Amino acid sequence: MSRPDYLLFDKNTKAIFWNLNNAAIQRMLDYDYVVGRSPSIAAIVAPTSERSFEKFFYGTKEIIIPIYKSTKEAAKFHPEADVLLNFASFRTAYPVTLEAFEIPQIRTIIITAEGIPERYAREMRVKAKELGKWIIGPATVGGIAPGAFRIANTGGTIENIVASKLHRPGSVGLVTRSGGLFNELSNIIARNADGVAEGIAIGGDRFPGTDFLDHMLRFEKNPQVKFMILLGEVGGEAEYKVVEAVKNGLITKPVIGWCIGTISKFFGGEVQFGHAGAKAGADRETADAKNRAMRESGIHVPNNFNELPHVIKGIYEMLRGEGKIAPIVEPEVPPIPEDLNKAIREGKVRKGTNFICTISDDRGEEATYCGVPISEVIEKGLSIADVIGLLWFKQKFPTWASGFIDMVIRVVADHGPAVSGAHNTKVTARAGKDLMSSLATGILTIGPRFGGAIDGAAKYFKMAYEKKMSPNEFAEYMKNVEKIPIPGIGHRIKSTKNPDKRVELLKDYARRNFPKIELLDYALEVEKVTTSKKENLILNVDGTIGVLLVDLFKALGYSNEDIDKLIDAGAFNAFFVLGRSIGFIGHYLDEKRLDMPLYRHPTDDILYDVKRPEGF
Amino acid sequence: MAQRGIREYDGKRIIAQNWKDYFGDTFEYDFKSVLVTPETDFENLPKEHPWLLEMPLVAKPDMLFGKRGKLGLVLFKVNKPGDVTYQDAVNWIKQKMQEEVEINGVKGHLTHFLIEPFVPHKPEEEYYVAFSMGDEGDTVYMSAFGGIDVEENWDKVSEVLIPPTATDEEAEKLIKSNIPKEIKDKEKYGDFVVRAYKMFRDLHFAYFEVNPLVMVGNKVYLLDFVGKVDDTAAFVVGKKWGELEFPSGFGRDLTPEEKYIKELDEKSGSSLKLTILNPEGRIWTLVAGGGASVVYADTVADMGYVNELANYGEYSGNPTRTETREYVKTVLDLMTRNKHPSGKPKILLIGGAIANFTDVAKTFDGIIDAFKEYAEKMRQVGIRIYVRRGGPNYEVGLKKIKQAAQELGLPIEVYGPELHMTDIVRKALEEEKAV
Repeated sequence: MSRPDYLLFDKNTKAIFWNLNNAAIQRMLDYDYVVGRSPSIAAIVAPTSERSFEKFFYGTKEIIIPIYKSTKEAAKFHPEADVLLNFASFRTAYPVTLEAFEIPQIRTIIITAEGIPERYAREMRVKAKELGKWIIGPATVGGIAPGAFRIANTGGTIENIVASKLHRPGSVGLVTRSGGLFNELSNIIARNADGVAEGIAIGGDRFPGTDFLDHMLRFEKNPQVKFMILLGEVGGEAEYKVVEAVKNGLITKPVIGWCIGTISKFFGGEVQFGHAGAKAGADRETADAKNRAMRESGIHVPNNFNELPHVIKGIYEMLRGEGKIAPIVEPEVPPIPEDLNKAIREGKVRKGTNFICTISDDRGEEATYCGVPISEVIEKGLSIADVIGLLWFKQKFPTWASGFIDMVIRVVADHGPAVSGAHNTKVTARAGKDLMSSLATGILTIGPRFGGAIDGAAKYFKMAYEKKMSPNEFAEYMKNVEKIPIPGIGHRIKSTKNPDKRVELLKDYARRNFPKIELLDYALEVEKVTTSKKENLILNVDGTIGVLLVDLFKALGYSNEDIDKLIDAGAFNAFFVLGRSIGFIGHYLDEKRLDMPLYRHPTDDILYDVKRPEGF
Repeated sequence: MAQRGIREYDGKRIIAQNWKDYFGDTFEYDFKSVLVTPETDFENLPKEHPWLLEMPLVAKPDMLFGKRGKLGLVLFKVNKPGDVTYQDAVNWIKQKMQEEVEINGVKGHLTHFLIEPFVPHKPEEEYYVAFSMGDEGDTVYMSAFGGIDVEENWDKVSEVLIPPTATDEEAEKLIKSNIPKEIKDKEKYGDFVVRAYKMFRDLHFAYFEVNPLVMVGNKVYLLDFVGKVDDTAAFVVGKKWGELEFPSGFGRDLTPEEKYIKELDEKSGSSLKLTILNPEGRIWTLVAGGGASVVYADTVADMGYVNELANYGEYSGNPTRTETREYVKTVLDLMTRNKHPSGKPKILLIGGAIANFTDVAKTFDGIIDAFKEYAEKMRQVGIRIYVRRGGPNYEVGLKKIKQAAQELGLPIEVYGPELHMTDIVRKALEEEKAV
């Protein structure tokens, strides 16, 4: 790589992102777009992801970033990537780093996890130094090389990045321990100098992979960096290494330093200021001692944090005056297209919906059926029929209506193995197919000839009744105009003398519970006409259900037109489909239980009458 | 967190539970310790630990602080060493629990004690061994002169640095070749130290000190143990630690308000911290973020007003509106109990750095809720509010809080990132001088 040693990142840096952290990756790509560089993420590593790529935005366009199972694999396919953004959890970050140590092309590893065991952190640091690799972290937000490369979430929102001038290089090399104050320092530098040239938050752990000095020695060699700012903390000795380097002339550029935690001297060990690690183990480690040592070595140390901006401004203007810092021409910043979902949430844009749903809602604390939470459905003891009422017809059925629906479902649940639907189900199950396929082949036979009579009966009886046809006129009409038998009339064996008990029960229920049974009464008049011609032309189960459903919906306040729409939509047939599915599933399970072999229809049951086409 | 002090009792318990894995049958350790707390039932304790009635005892506080011998807080004799009975120990502990004591300049109450058998031994049998974790590696400390005067004899302690990547064999070699010459049975002592070091390393101890260590034959007595573990390693070795509590150590008794916030903090995924420094102080802080909170406290002190700094605290990690409200109410309640004797208004600094992704407007909702509840008291006491914050949605947040305060008749100044973070401290103190 043609990048000088003192730079960890430039405009061409490509990184491998360990962990499918969509938000952080998108933020990096937004940054890339704003600073006008190509996407900085070459690949993602996510061992448990089943996907092989993920889509992201780069400006308004979408791009695809491949996902790999291991860092080694990702590195092999992306030899240009020399940065690993190790966003693994505290449990996994250590092995992920060890794996990256074995990949020669990886030069810099950023570890964000907090809570990595110190023993592991220290070992990673030692090994990285031996291998000549750079670790930033653990427990850090990362850092930024303005105009070139942003580590994940460093700098916060794009608005803040631009406001803090982190979108183009300035003259300051910044090192902090805290990630929380990184933005603040960038802001101070943007307001009192010309912005950050490179900024690194080394992380709050006891054994950071690299220290202030490691990065400041790079800054010393980097001609873009004109002066440096170090924000340290009470605890540890890392600041003293910088003090020594300044004394020894290893660092010659101006340095501004400040250690936070000067308050602790007033309260001794009694009060824990800041996080638990920020505690002075000895006098040397207090903020005051470190500020004093820095000041004595020639580092510019303010009297307090509030004076820091003045010191920064002073050094900046001095270097400007000496001609060491040239004025910066501010680049144009392309606007980042706003995320649609966010804009909608904030009420900034509006968008038509493609779908409408009026029966259920899964967005709240609990899913609802027509506004009724499922728990309430259970607590109030609603039946299957009540649930059908809510989800199919958007109303709470009165008891008499749900009682009838429940009866219908029970009545139509099965009719033996020989009917076409059950037969199909059994044959399919025996072909080794699954539940869905077997059930579907059964349901697919339901139509005008099988099970469809409920719809037909409802439709024709209703029409005749509304047109005030006499039963005789109706029978004639069906024969001469529609040219079909009256749906819902006729049974294979049952007759007036041998009535169908199921029909008797349905009729009895309706008589006792329905407010009105106009259409049933009419149908029974029609039955009188048909049975006078032939004994078995009775109102059968389908017919009874069909006409009673019409009576039911009328009683519920549906208009004649509403009911026609229901019938056309197949809503009446739906009761048969639902009920009979119970039977089909039973037949399927029966076949599986019996473990029957593939069914082949016997040839002696088929009339073969095959002739070769003439003249061929 | 990271390195956490553990009780002597827990340290010895961990060692005893893992003894076989590290010391096999080469050394024997008869673990006899009981931890006594204010909840302990002294009547029934001997039923669980019959040895309490069978042998002379030693009792001492187990609250993370050292030099207990020098502080006169080790009971090992009534009339002569080794004559402490169970009843003596119980009486002594009960009495000590009631007294207020001062340890390292901090006043408070003793709550946790350890009772163990008294082990008669000669001073020359007292060895010292300790392990610590440092930048360049682990350090092993070995000495033939254990006991309470080890620090006076520090020149006799042999220190060995074990590099972080050293193998077990390399560590063993380094330890065995550096055993102090004064130790009589070098082989036995060395063998013990090598095994203990491996335990220290494997079980993610950060500090491990036995002083004195008494060895009689193959029997080992850990008369005093100080330990820290790296609590982040709980996912690696938590099972081997067993149930482990991390006490905050001996400290000033918490005020009810501090206790309330501590409980809130423990229940929450966010961080809520409150320490009362001086309830009569006039400068109160409500700061978001650990780093920023320190900077605000620093700045008040550096400007010469440390005596007026009433509290230290921080809230961070996206607390809910309710949590923020409770936190702020607690501070406002303390702040509005009395007018300041000088008659001057009190100062409330609502500060914070530029947030990364925390929605500032949302956080301020909780503060405004608390303002509404305490507005009258705040007006009575006289409070000037200074706000400075940046980050997502900060303009909306600042506008809201300004409007709310004005409607409630509370004097307020609000600033965003255009003002230096701690400059509200300067502004508040300058206006203060002008008053």
